Amino acid sequence: MSEMTKPLLEMKSVSKEYNGNPVLKDVSFTLGQGEVLGLVGENGAGKSTLMNILFGMEVIQQTGGYGGQVLIDGKEVKFTSPLDALKAGIGMVHQEFSLLPGFTAAENILLNREPENKSVLSLVFGDRANTIDRKKLQKEAIEAITKLGVSLDPDMLVSEMPVGHKQFTEISREISKSAIRLLVLDEPTAVLTEKEAEMLLKAIENLSKQGISVIFITHRLQEILDVCDKVIVMRDGRIINELEAASTSINEMAKLMVGREVATSINPVEKDRKISDKVVLSVKHLWVDMPGETVKDVNLEVHEGEFLGIGGLAGQGKLGIPNGIMGLYPAGGTVTFSGNSIPLNNPRACLDSDLAFVSEDRRGVGLLLDESLEWNIAFPAMQIHGKFLKKYLGGLINWRDQGAIKEVTEKYIKQLQIKCTSSKQKAKELSGGNQQKICLAKSFALEPKLLFVSEPTRGIDIGAKALVLQALREYNRKYGVTIVMISSELEELRQCCDRIAIITDGAVSGILPASTPSEDFGILMVGKTKKEAK
Amino acid sequence: MNKKMNRKFDTKDFIANNIVPIIFVVLCIVCYPIAGYSPEYLIDQIITRLVRNSFLVLSLLIPIMAGMGLNFGMTLGAMAGQIGIVFITAWNIVGIPGLLLAAIIATPIAIILGWFCGKMLNMAKGREMITSYMISFFMNGVYQLVVLYGMGPVIPLHSDQVILPRGYGVRNTIDLINVRRSIDNFLQFNIGPVRIPLLTIILIALLCVVIIWFRKTKLGQDMRAVGQDMEVAREAGIKVERTRILSIVISTVFAAYGMIIYLSNMGTLNTYNSHSQIGMFSIAALLVGGASVSRASIKNVFLGIVLFHLMFILTPQAGKNLIGQAQIGEFFRVFVSYGVITLSLVLYEIRTRREKAESAKVLANAQEAKA
Amino acid sequence: MMENNKDILNAYVLPVLRDIKEALKAFGLPRLIITGFLLLLFIIAPFAGISVGASLTDTLGRFGQNAIMVLAMVPMIHSGCGLNFGLPLGIISGLLGATLAIETGIQGPLSFLLAILYSTPFALVFGWGYGKLLNKVKGSEMMIATYVGFSSVAFMSIMWLILPYKSPTMVWGYTGEGLRTTISTEGFYYHVLRDTLSLRIGSLSISFGEILFFALFAFIIWAFLHTKTGTAMTAVGSNPVFARASGISIDRQRTLSVIMSTWLGALGILCYQQGYGFIQLYQGPMYMAMPAVSAILIGGASVNKATITNVVIGTILYQGIVSMTPSVMNSLIHTDMSEVLRIIVSNGMILYALTRKSGASR
Repeated sequence: MSEMTKPLLEMKSVSKEYNGNPVLKDVSFTLGQGEVLGLVGENGAGKSTLMNILFGMEVIQQTGGYGGQVLIDGKEVKFTSPLDALKAGIGMVHQEFSLLPGFTAAENILLNREPENKSVLSLVFGDRANTIDRKKLQKEAIEAITKLGVSLDPDMLVSEMPVGHKQFTEISREISKSAIRLLVLDEPTAVLTEKEAEMLLKAIENLSKQGISVIFITHRLQEILDVCDKVIVMRDGRIINELEAASTSINEMAKLMVGREVATSINPVEKDRKISDKVVLSVKHLWVDMPGETVKDVNLEVHEGEFLGIGGLAGQGKLGIPNGIMGLYPAGGTVTFSGNSIPLNNPRACLDSDLAFVSEDRRGVGLLLDESLEWNIAFPAMQIHGKFLKKYLGGLINWRDQGAIKEVTEKYIKQLQIKCTSSKQKAKELSGGNQQKICLAKSFALEPKLLFVSEPTRGIDIGAKALVLQALREYNRKYGVTIVMISSELEELRQCCDRIAIITDGAVSGILPASTPSEDFGILMVGKTKKEAK
Repeated sequence: MNKKMNRKFDTKDFIANNIVPIIFVVLCIVCYPIAGYSPEYLIDQIITRLVRNSFLVLSLLIPIMAGMGLNFGMTLGAMAGQIGIVFITAWNIVGIPGLLLAAIIATPIAIILGWFCGKMLNMAKGREMITSYMISFFMNGVYQLVVLYGMGPVIPLHSDQVILPRGYGVRNTIDLINVRRSIDNFLQFNIGPVRIPLLTIILIALLCVVIIWFRKTKLGQDMRAVGQDMEVAREAGIKVERTRILSIVISTVFAAYGMIIYLSNMGTLNTYNSHSQIGMFSIAALLVGGASVSRASIKNVFLGIVLFHLMFILTPQAGKNLIGQAQIGEFFRVFVSYGVITLSLVLYEIRTRREKAESAKVLANAQEAKA
Repeated sequence: MMENNKDILNAYVLPVLRDIKEALKAFGLPRLIITGFLLLLFIIAPFAGISVGASLTDTLGRFGQNAIMVLAMVPMIHSGCGLNFGLPLGIISGLLGATLAIETGIQGPLSFLLAILYSTPFALVFGWGYGKLLNKVKGSEMMIATYVGFSSVAFMSIMWLILPYKSPTMVWGYTGEGLRTTISTEGFYYHVLRDTLSLRIGSLSISFGEILFFALFAFIIWAFLHTKTGTAMTAVGSNPVFARASGISIDRQRTLSVIMSTWLGALGILCYQQGYGFIQLYQGPMYMAMPAVSAILIGGASVNKATITNVVIGTILYQGIVSMTPSVMNSLIHTDMSEVLRIIVSNGMILYALTRKSGASR
């Protein structure tokens, strides 16, 4: 560690709220030159918000700025755009690649910072008429790659690269920026093979030796132990603990990550609840090609009348499961429901077998935004079961029964306390929570035997959250409908479900009763058991 | 690596990727003996048409590079060129100086039209082609308003050669006797019966060099970046909107010059038809050369012009010899021009879709390998 | 007193003004200009020595002739296929029906029914193929539809020359083969609808036959959109992913909508021919999609939403301008700029719709 008196980066009691909801509270830490800092926490713990503040992202200013101080070399800075951060020598590699597929690694590394040959023509046509100095471009790219210490062919097209090389290209781009002093890596190893991840970790060590500090965000805790000097564990917008990497363990970090006690208005699961032994849904060797949520090999059994939870960290594939079974993304494997095999890639067949799905993508999949609430609620039931129709000419004409549609819509508006001006209001005019309730009503109207609910509380306020969860539980208890709920919030699952399956790396890493302490789930989430078993 | 090797020897893939040029080669081979033209005549004709059209077709390359698809708005450039030609004919300026002046008049008009077109296309991202197509229709109306009613009373032009007898509006056809073949005749020589117009060829070669040079400039690099992914380019700090507008402006200006060369070679101006026809024929020719909506090279331009115009010359005669009606051949070539654009667009869409479906296959294979 | 006035202003006048402003905004500036322009034409007309009755007659006649072709836009817009620039394909089915009906030699109103009957199978087959093609190119339907229309017109130009038609009313007199470019419907179904139930009041004459014929099909489409299948079609256009997740086959709904649009296009051209008096072959149908497309847009439709009201308003406005401008302009400035104005207005309207944010990516 360096002997500098002033640390490179210091955050002093930084806080941030969105519309009155605090998302960061009193966050303070320091980072010295050449230090590697691990940052861990569940999704929504506040890591991204913290990084957004560091980078001066526009969202922060648009939502009223932040509290506290950010200091670089002991001087307070207020970045108002990512460009400011860049000037101060801070670079970030995001989870999603920002690369051009038809350009080579070298071209991508120096995108829009290409070295140019001055030409006479540029006097007439401006600087953009300068030709690009290919040789110099090559040289600078190789310099950056060497600095990173990985093997990467500068002439290879991004479209032909394996994922790991794309990641290296991204990092090289940040490094090639002249003044780089601090590099933030957001889950860089999530998409890498083990070997590539090892290379990357070595590269991080390399950078640290050259005096570049690194903030390393990851869910793979072993990697933290391998390369970091210290670790910050975040939960609910706070720093829970700052640990020396040398003296901590995966178990300790996992425990700190998920160990949360939240009081909500919803009652805990009845103690004497009995679940039937009958398996109603069985999933074998399921794979789903859902971008960002790939499912590789899932085996799962759901019991009749059960309320099953599916949890796991973002990007591990938990969302792919319902989307694949319900035919929204290409999928393969076998799915059996009540003894009948369900054909995949065929939404109609699933719905006909009395399965239903409330999608996590409310606006994209769940709703007809430009149509009335009546249409939204009645549509699937009308199309699948022929409800709300008047038949004329011996069934030749199926006329929409406006009266029946209005009736059922008003029933659900009342039952789920949906706030709207009338049943004719357009779905896009409702708030997130009320839109979610419409999605639930739509599925309830189908009267399914098994209901998939994906991220039912994402992006809605606390009051609506409790209502939605309560409605789901009632639906399960009253009508005996089997529910499979997929959620990123472990506590929510623990409150509602009978059992919880954790998905890691596209497969089930374990299924535990909901009453199991949350640390155990935390360990399943970071995929430790599986890896060590190997 | 392995994949690449395979691709080279896969005839099926080769045919699938080059289906349009292959259809045309076959078509020309079939029609050639039926039409019964002498090879010398055909070569002379092909050279004339290469000279006449290549500048126009080359103007399409830059918007493709910037990911904006086929620039149906090149018609706007053609209009600008025509306006330049109308002026110099009315002012009776002869020969190459006349054409130069026409180009000077056409340039600012083309820049303004191109800028307007680029602005509009930025408002219609994702449907550039249909929009640029409608712009060419819309502007055609404005052009007619200007040329048919504005020229004479509003824009002072008083030449019996150009203006209709009623005192305003430009005639339907104008004889361009002043500038006919004046570029071509300069430095022209013959090889046997075949005429080689050296200056025009130099001009076209120069444009090719300009385009090759342009690809190497910073602006060219930015356009390629914008063409691949606007969001990534924007994040890297490239001014996406401006770059897109520039690509359309450059294309429009080149199209204006191309139109001037074309008209001087033709020797007559069809005031109300030339530009809209030329748009369609240029695009069809480029596609015949094997270009697609997102990829086009100079090679495609020349191959396309040769094949397309060979078909154009051969089919009416072949139709006449075969069925005794030249008209069938004429309808046939119109059909082929439209058909080729349709086919290329459809093939492009299907191909893009197929590439997207690849990732599911990879997963399925992984499962099978495990099992 | 002043206070009181202010209160009244705040309580009654301002909200009304706001409502009007909202309504105008929803109506759209171009539409407003076009409506204003048409009204202006009708106001000027008497001063320019043009009979308003005759003008209205002309406008209504054109409405009856064209409305079904505009209606042909509706199904495809509803299913999310965009504006039907491929209308010429439907028109060709209509032309095949028309020529086959005349070929039989049967005259009078019956020939109109025959033409409808003969054109139907063509429309179904063409529409089916066209629908399948459009399903393969989702997202670029409009560009490809345009060129499908053009290609089919060019292809049929060859066909009109070589198909073995024999009827002397249709083939070229001197060679005895190949169809003429324009064929008169006189003696066959010329004005079959227009002269039915027509009412004359002074210089104004209204043909209820045409209007009822349109109303019949408008009603059928309206009713269809209220059935289970029609609802599914609208949902596909509104949010295809939602529809798919609800078990609807997107491709099937889209194909169905394209078949409907194509068939309506065939009917539309037959209706046009009975009013206009001629069947136009060869390059005739080439640009016929543009007026229909711009009419429905002028009526307030967008690339993905359209109603029967849009069809009615749009056709009246569009045809009103087309029929009024030449006469008014001619008598005022002795120049006929109407054709040029028509091009600018109709294509400008399409351009406006395409460059609006709805549906486009950012």
